[in-house]
Parts: sequence; C-alpha cells; structure tokens
Amino acid sequence: MAGPQTMFDKIWNRHVIVQRDDGQCLLYVDRHLAHDGSFHAFSMLRQDGRSVKRPQQVFATPDHYSPTDVRTIEAIENDELREKVAILDENAKEFGVPHFGIDDERMGIVHVIGPELGITQPGIFLVCGDSHTSTHGAMGAIACGIGASEVAHVLATQCLWQSKPKTMRITVTGTLGFGVTGKDVILAIIGQISAAGGAGYAIEYAGSGIEQLSMEGRLTVSNMSIEAGCRMGLIAPDQKTYDYLEGRPYAPKGAEWDKALAYWKTLPTDEGARFDREVTVDGDAIAPMVTWGNSPENVVQVTDVVPDPSRESNAERRQSMLDALDYMDLKAGMPMTDVAVDRVFIGSCTNSRIEDLRLAADVVKGRRAVVPSMISPGSMQVKAAAEREGLDRIFTDAGFEWRHSACSMCVGLNGDSVDPGIRTASTSNRNFRGRQGPGSRTHLVSPAMAAAAAVTGKFTDVRQLMEEK
Amino acid sequence: MEAFTTLTATAVPLDMVNVDTDQIIPARFLKRVRTDPEYDTFFFHDLRRNKDGSQRDDFILNQEPYKDAQIIVADDNWGCGSSREAAVWTLLANNFRCVIAPSFGDIHYNNGMKNGMLPIRLPKEDCAALRRLLHDNAGAAITVELGAQTVTGPDGSTYGFEIDPFQKHCMMEGLDHIGLTEQYDADFDAFEEQYKKEASWLFRPEPSA
Repeated sequence: MAGPQTMFDKIWNRHVIVQRDDGQCLLYVDRHLAHDGSFHAFSMLRQDGRSVKRPQQVFATPDHYSPTDVRTIEAIENDELREKVAILDENAKEFGVPHFGIDDERMGIVHVIGPELGITQPGIFLVCGDSHTSTHGAMGAIACGIGASEVAHVLATQCLWQSKPKTMRITVTGTLGFGVTGKDVILAIIGQISAAGGAGYAIEYAGSGIEQLSMEGRLTVSNMSIEAGCRMGLIAPDQKTYDYLEGRPYAPKGAEWDKALAYWKTLPTDEGARFDREVTVDGDAIAPMVTWGNSPENVVQVTDVVPDPSRESNAERRQSMLDALDYMDLKAGMPMTDVAVDRVFIGSCTNSRIEDLRLAADVVKGRRAVVPSMISPGSMQVKAAAEREGLDRIFTDAGFEWRHSACSMCVGLNGDSVDPGIRTASTSNRNFRGRQGPGSRTHLVSPAMAAAAAVTGKFTDVRQLMEEK
Repeated sequence: MEAFTTLTATAVPLDMVNVDTDQIIPARFLKRVRTDPEYDTFFFHDLRRNKDGSQRDDFILNQEPYKDAQIIVADDNWGCGSSREAAVWTLLANNFRCVIAPSFGDIHYNNGMKNGMLPIRLPKEDCAALRRLLHDNAGAAITVELGAQTVTGPDGSTYGFEIDPFQKHCMMEGLDHIGLTEQYDADFDAFEEQYKKEASWLFRPEPSA
C-alpha cells in the first residue's frame, strides 16, 4: 500500500502512461497552451507531415508579438510583428486548434488567460513553450515550460517524456506584513535559495504565508518558480481556488463540477509525506523587495542598501556582482530609496491581473506619475474588468499610458521596449541584461512598489505612501 | 538529431554565473528562422560586441585560441531563464556540441538533449579546475566520451558524470522522440480511454454554457 504522498506525486502518478525500466515516464498532457512564438514547433510538425493529435486540448493566443496599441492583424504596422500574429492565426486554423486571436475579447497572456478561462484546473498536467508556465501550478497542477522540440512532440502525441524531478517544500511561516505581496514573497524566496536553488526540483509552496495570499498572489509566486531555477511550482488547491474557478467558461459545471471537486480535494499533500528538501522562509520578516542586479537573486528589501561585492567570498560571484553594479550603474552601499527611476512598467504574466491593477491604483489615486509609466493588463478581460471599476481613469488621470494586453515590455518583442541606459521599475520577472531592450536596466518590484516609483520618481517604500492616505 | 558519442575539441572557459538564455540569444532574434544565414551571429550577440557593432576583444569567445572551440566549460546555472530552444540552435550554429557546468536551467538542459547538444553536470570545483587549466593553456582540448560517461581534461585527469539512461540512449543513437513515442500508441489509447472515464470533466470540447 502506498504511504503518505505529496501532491506532486499524486498528480504525476495519475498521468503516467508508460514507465520505462530506466525511470523515464511518458506523461499524458491534459492542456497545452500555444502562442505566437510557437511557430517553430508548428513548422516542425508541417515538415514531418504530422497533425495535431488532440487539437481540442490545445489553446492558442498571440501574446508575445501583439503590439499593445492595436487590436486587429491588419492594423499592425510592423511587418515582422504582423506576420508572427498572422502565422499563429493560420496555424490554429490549419491544425484545428482553438485560438483567441488579437481581436478576441478573451485574448491575453497565456499564463493569465489559462486560469481566467478555467482552462487551468487542479490536478492536471499542463505544458506550454514558455518558461513561465510554472504559473499554473498555483492552482494545484503540474505545469511546466518546454522547448520547441517538446512543443512539437506534444502537438503530435499529446504526451511527453519526463524524468521525475526531486521534490522541495518551501514553507512560508507567519503572517505577511502590510504592503507585502506575492511578488515580495517569491523574490524573498529566490534571494534565500538562489536563482539555481530549485534546479532539478518540483517545488510545493506551503504554509500560512502562502495560504493567506489571494489566487492572484499565488499565481505570481508560482510564476517566478523558474527564476528560482525550478520548472514547476505547485500550491495546494483550497476554497480560494475553487471559488476562483467556479463559473469560469472552461471550468466544469453541475454534476461534472461536483465530480471534479471531489477529486481536487484529494490532491493536497498527505500528512507525513516526505520531500527531498524542506526550506522554511520567515514570512513575518518579508518586506517590499527590489532587485539591484542582473539575476532575480540579486534582491534586497527596499529599506536596504546596494550590497557590497567586497564582502562576497566567492570570486566568481564577486565578479558577477561587480559586473552587475557596473551594468546597472549603481554603487555599493547606496540606499535603494536613493535610486531614481526613468520609467515604470506594470504588466507581464507575473503581475498584470486585476488584483495587481487594484493595488497599483490604490497607490496612484490622487497622485501624478513623474516618469513615463505604462500599463499592459494581463488579458483583454482584465482590461475590461479594470475599466468597469474605473481603474483606467485613475491611471490615465495620473498620466499613465493604458494599453492593450500582451507580454509587452517584459520581453520587448512587440515594439514596447526600454531604451539603452534607461532604468525601469518593472513588475515583470527578469532583470537580465538587455531583457527589456539592449542596454536596458531593470529592477523587479511588485505592482504597488512600481506605482510608488511612478509617483515619486525613485524607489519608495510603498508602505509609507499607503499610510499617508 | 545528430548523434553524439565522443568528441575531442578545443574548450573555452566561461567564468560567468547565471548565464541566462537572453544572453545566449537576445529575444529580438527569436523571430528569425533557424535557416537564416546570419543565425550564427546571434550567439551572445550583445556581450560579444561594442555599441558600434565591432567585436569586443576582451570577450573570450572572440579570442583566437578559441576560434574552433566546440565545448564550453561554464559556471553555476548555465542556460537559466527563458525556454527558447534558439539558445541551443545558436550554440549548434557555432559548432558547439557540449557544455559542462555545475548546474543548468532545467528547460535548457532538456532542449540540449533534444538537439544533440550534450549538457554535462560536473561538481563546481571540477568545473573551476577545468576552467583554470583552460585559461592557463588557451586552446587546449577536452575529450568527452558519452558511452563511458567521462570528461578528460587537458592534463589527462578524468571525471565521471551522471546522465539519465534514456536521454543518453536517445543522444547516442540520435533518436527522434516522436517516432519513439509512436511505438507506445496502444498504451496511449488504453490510458486515455480509462482516463476519460475518471476525469470526464476535462474532455469537453467547447466552453461550458
């Protein structure tokens, strides 16, 4: 008889079609998300004369290349962008894959619309050719990013060869403080375990610090699992998950809902189940965070100073800190709150959901942005919801640009990019060199902290602004 | 994919930690197809060049002794970040067939395995020792034997490495995974039939009313 199991093991075991003697498992894929960067995989398929095995389990949307100023293919001025968005449309038609095109009201960033439409559900195995697919794990699913060859494999076979990763549980204890969000939690975790700390593992986030987060906050935590080196980051489903999911277009209804719910309730990790590694993070000690370097592990609390490389004993790490300070044009010992920003971006699969926009709007309301600031909501439905609540007016009255939905300035593929040398407070997930455009300088923060930077022109402890009101 | 068995080639030491796939190939080149004649020039594009487009002599990949290098010895967390398989394609476009590092981004690691670009995990101190040797003997060669799972440094010292047996098999034979999976079609059908009964709510083709 099986002993106590982790949630990860329960979901994994349910999807094993074949387990070879060498340990490799062929896993059944429930849901596959495709986007306009997936053209390589569709080409591979066409080249081999293959079809999509289960097109109704694939969902596509053009998030990477869609510009944020227009909403039809014809209106896209740039030839390369128009071609990429059009190719997905053509591929979806040719292979019979459901597609939320640039002009569809359900269009958005894959990792926002998956949960939003109820495509992402607890207990499923979901893949997508994008590293931030870890996002969907927040709903109690195994979800991971894959490369183009694997995308082609899943399109052709609806399954995927995987070797089972080790498991790690990260328990966030205590109570998150005022002004502390999911973004700050995951940045604090990465700061603690490093950008490679999760490599080779599937992480389960647990503890009171995770349970108290909203569904949106949890999606942000799981989203940045990949920045901790980990492809998969799961959170046990609970009443918040079920409440979020119920009534969504692709969620089960009626008797099917009851049947699904009964299964979902069996998913959480059993008492006494063993993980390969256990990590505890002190949730009470987390504050609003800001990154200073070119790896998400280069992170401090907003009240801290830029770290001093001379205090790093490892030579390669010291050099990488020196290189980062040079690239970012920062000096060791400088208070983070003295660092002036040139622009602000609120968006990306990490932080563009309705709660993120509400948090940012709370800070912005009654104030003015003093640097160029832009918002790209995570989906056209998030955009519509925000407009119904009047959030768009709060932002535009404060001088923000209110754009359509896309990956936008997080990855700079769609024409929204940051100029060389420009310092950006960004709610996205990667502060790599040149990530937002060649020579761009990115600092990762929560939406509330990004809003605070927008209205003060520098990194500001958002808790002070929130108290001022 | 091209099979990988043994390789003896010049190895280049790269001392940077957390080399993300955005560095290996910046995002703006992802829209280009793999057959693009300029594909090799995208490799570490922004680190290899000055702002005016000229090559930076201080970047090791531009230096003469490493012109024919086919192996990279790197540091922690090589290939972290974006899932872009283009990072592997541009390595291959520059004749690299093997990267040795203490740890890899998991997705990049798998992408290498799918393309005959062998990622090898060796302990941090062994990678550091190899990089020191390569700095001291610029242009020196390393031998990788996948069958024996060994790396032999320029000084003759040999290191064993671990690799998943399935991935090793596919790499050595140059196997196409889709073809392999199709051998399990009967297992797939049996699984799916049963699974559709157990998880019926997942098999609604249209959004629920």
